[in-house]
Amino acid sequence: MLLIACPHCGKRPETEFRCGGQAHIARPADPMTVDDGAWSEHLFVRANPKGVHAERWCHVHGCGRWFNALRDTISDRFIETYPMGAKPTQFPQSETRA
Amino acid sequence: MLETRYRAARALPLATLPRPAASGASVSVRPAGAESRFSLRARLGGGAPTLAGLPLDAPINTVGTDGEVWIARLGPDEWLVGGPEADADLLQGRIHEALAGLPHALVDVSHRNVGIDVSGRQAAAVFNAGCPLDLSETAFPPGSATRTLLGKAEIVLIRAAAAPLYRVECWRSFSTYVHGFLNEAVFGAEGAVAP
Repeated sequence: MLLIACPHCGKRPETEFRCGGQAHIARPADPMTVDDGAWSEHLFVRANPKGVHAERWCHVHGCGRWFNALRDTISDRFIETYPMGAKPTQFPQSETRA
Repeated sequence: MLETRYRAARALPLATLPRPAASGASVSVRPAGAESRFSLRARLGGGAPTLAGLPLDAPINTVGTDGEVWIARLGPDEWLVGGPEADADLLQGRIHEALAGLPHALVDVSHRNVGIDVSGRQAAAVFNAGCPLDLSETAFPPGSATRTLLGKAEIVLIRAAAAPLYRVECWRSFSTYVHGFLNEAVFGAEGAVAP
């Protein structure tokens, strides 16, 4: 059983969680000024790194809150979890803010 | 204006089962009767309101009870409040009173939820048949309550007192599944064969 540390509830079984894809993707402030290429990039293009990946997770069958997590896609190990709006203490390069 | 106070008579989904309660030497599963329950959502901010003498800003995943009313904090802004069935209106008023001035959402989920009591020495083992949570004394002490999964159904697991007595709150449409799952698990824990 893979345990994931929810920032509110502590370590809980993986089955209680749901993954929400890549984290830290900022929506363009004014979408009208963005051309089609950049807009489709924002909507559809995601990183698929081999290594540390920043993801959004939701403790859907627990406290119901979203949070961020750094996960190593090779070992499937969770390096760190941190609340929404916070920054990871490790691997700052994993942040892919637009 | 014509005002109608209407409370539907409740038909509990587990009341008509041919085998409503499974009990063995070390664990028993018993569907609970009708109760009133409320789902409360609010952002406390800095405030610390109390309801029935119980603080709402208790740590997440804990439950407090005054013997009749119980309040389980399921998340940072979510509570499940339960009490006697006859006190539904009273309880609703007390919650609104306690949170006066604070924006909040209160939903009566009395008919949505079904309670099942599991008690006995082997109760934790029965849950662990379908719930991977650590239910040991240190990880899930008396006063704990959390939403989790049992098999494929979402449940709220409440342990209010020191005795090995757990309350499962599940949604009405899941209740026959959850009850059947627990009964099967009892036979596994007791080492007997299901009839």
